[in-house]
Amino acid sequence: MSEAKRGYVRPLDLKHGRVDLTHGSGGRSMVQLISELFAKHLGNEYLGQGNDGAVLPAPTLEGRAGRLVMSTDCHVVSPLFFPGGDIGCLSVHGTVNDVAVMGATPLYLAAGFVLEEGFPLADLARIVESMAHAAAEAGVPVVTGDTKVVERGKGDGVFITTTGVGILPDGLELGGARARPGDAVIISGSMGDHGVAIMSKRENLSFDAPIESDTVALNGLIAAMLATGADLRCLRDPTRGGLAATLNEIAGQSGVGVMLHEKAIPVKPVVSAACEFLGLDPLYVANEGKLIAICAPADADRLLAAMRAHPLGREASRIGEVIVDDHHFVQLTTAFGGKRIVDWLAGDQLPRIC
Amino acid sequence: MKYIDEFRDGELAKNLALSIGAEVQPGRSYSFMEFCGGHTHAISRYGLSDLLPPAVRMVHGPGCPVCVLPIGRVDMAIDLALNHGVILCTYGDTLRIPASDGLSLMKAKARGGDIRMVYSTLDALQIARDNPQREVVFFAIGFETTTPPTAVAIQQADKENLSNFSVICCHVLTPSAISNILESPEVRQWGTVPLDGFIGPAHVSTVIGSRPYEFFAEEYRKPVVIAGFEPLDVMQAILMLVRQVNEGRAEVENEFSRAVSRDGNLKAQDRVAEVFELRREFEWRGLSVVPYSALKIRRQYAAFDAERKFKLDYRSVPDNKACECGAILRGVKKPQDCKLFGTVCTPENPIGSCMVSSEGACAAHYSYGRYKDMH
Repeated sequence: MSEAKRGYVRPLDLKHGRVDLTHGSGGRSMVQLISELFAKHLGNEYLGQGNDGAVLPAPTLEGRAGRLVMSTDCHVVSPLFFPGGDIGCLSVHGTVNDVAVMGATPLYLAAGFVLEEGFPLADLARIVESMAHAAAEAGVPVVTGDTKVVERGKGDGVFITTTGVGILPDGLELGGARARPGDAVIISGSMGDHGVAIMSKRENLSFDAPIESDTVALNGLIAAMLATGADLRCLRDPTRGGLAATLNEIAGQSGVGVMLHEKAIPVKPVVSAACEFLGLDPLYVANEGKLIAICAPADADRLLAAMRAHPLGREASRIGEVIVDDHHFVQLTTAFGGKRIVDWLAGDQLPRIC
Repeated sequence: MKYIDEFRDGELAKNLALSIGAEVQPGRSYSFMEFCGGHTHAISRYGLSDLLPPAVRMVHGPGCPVCVLPIGRVDMAIDLALNHGVILCTYGDTLRIPASDGLSLMKAKARGGDIRMVYSTLDALQIARDNPQREVVFFAIGFETTTPPTAVAIQQADKENLSNFSVICCHVLTPSAISNILESPEVRQWGTVPLDGFIGPAHVSTVIGSRPYEFFAEEYRKPVVIAGFEPLDVMQAILMLVRQVNEGRAEVENEFSRAVSRDGNLKAQDRVAEVFELRREFEWRGLSVVPYSALKIRRQYAAFDAERKFKLDYRSVPDNKACECGAILRGVKKPQDCKLFGTVCTPENPIGSCMVSSEGACAAHYSYGRYKDMH
């Protein structure tokens, strides 16, 4: 018997269908969208209950009580599909990483979808499947969610907001205000991959060598780093604004300066070439699968070794140190031996004319 | 990054710095103007000033097309976008140039103007093809580097009868600006610009060649070394300039021989000559009105001239009175000599032209070098 006849309800046409306003109306269409798409892919014992919220067991970490860490992030990336990923996996990775860099073990995610009328269901299905894959890989289920549909022209296809909850063991304190002069600055890998991948697609630029986003969940790498017992002061994922913005933020929070060494900062040749072509600086370009660690100098080598032993930290590099500086500048010794500031960016990076 | 990394070798740079140091004569100072914003950017980004002996001073010239575009021209483009319903296409760093009424193209876009960033004139043509019911205007700025692509776009639009495509032509000429600096009343009045030579533009010279600079070398007795934008190019050019000064020579030398010839790109020059003619005068931001320093679209292509098509009138808008851009662009003053620098005038809130593009003298110093003023 066909699906339509069984319940007198025609199943979602995920191949040719489009989001319409009924998918956000609270009626059968919305329930169908949730059950046939969101629950099908993201389903678990909590989401499956279909309640307005999820009741979760009180978290403990290895038998010890901890504190909850919660983080939320809106994802509005354009294009929705890009080399190396899409808005779906990005929305999982982004929030898992935000929770994990607090030192917490991410436990659960909530996802809010704003869909635009007319959006193809086939694309939405690809996005949800990608989210499901990313959530499974990270080991962090989506336990509750919400869907709204806006009229055509009032959205950009799909916006996804994800909120993550994690548990932080007592005794572990990481934060942007904890950097001290002498601390080592370490990054987990090459800079700028995600931003350049997005830009190459957005601006319809094709490069001989493909540039893929580095989007990935970092909770596994972070767990390996924490397991070393190294005296970590701060972890951050350098997303929008890249390495430069993140380090300026930390310098300001901690009231210190940072001295970087250009030669030690890994940038893939293809990313470097694309940035050169576009007149951009890779230090300011977004990453979605990299982290910055500030740690006590004595523990830096041990931490670095643990990072390099993990698949996501193979290119980890010690790129500089925290210094005393009342102006809280991030500086860079260039490959030339000169020095310059790595300043906050004024607005977005825009390609130069010549 | 083959062909690029070779020009960023730190060891070679140190050797060049040692050579420059060895050739600098005791008691003598050397001031060289890098005319082009690309060089200003390279000097700041790679911290080249740190490698130079104190006797060598680099003066940042007016060769940034974003910096020298006057407010009135940006106002014209904004007017077209907001009041004439056109799709306005332009290069990226034009978007932030401050205009009248606290606006910029970026802010005009937020107010509903259909303003689109393009990477090439061909993108603008494609937008015109894709939107036959809309007027598409390309806001064309830049020196000789970006002029040939604009000429090609206009000829292509003509060939295709793309009647909804037009251009606001703001292309300016390098040699006129160099003349203006050398003859400026401030320079004569103060006599304080000890300009001992010029680093000639890289990309511009690939189009116009090295011949146009021979006049400056002969007439004003100023050596010119045309250099690429890579840091080693700049260091090598400085060494060549120091040698010319020491030997009392004033010649045009070509460090960028891998891309620049004496005559330049004749094909590109022909295209430009077919489409454009000299403007009698053009206002430059920071340098005021400079005669015969810019191009306009020939009558033959009037249908593609947005100024004619939309009957646009140019209205000059003065810069902030406290702004020292004019003196900075001529090398008479440094960015930090300006009262507005780093106080009211910052990259987030540029008041004067030099703070707009990352290639501008003030923006480059603010972004890359201001720690030196504080430490």
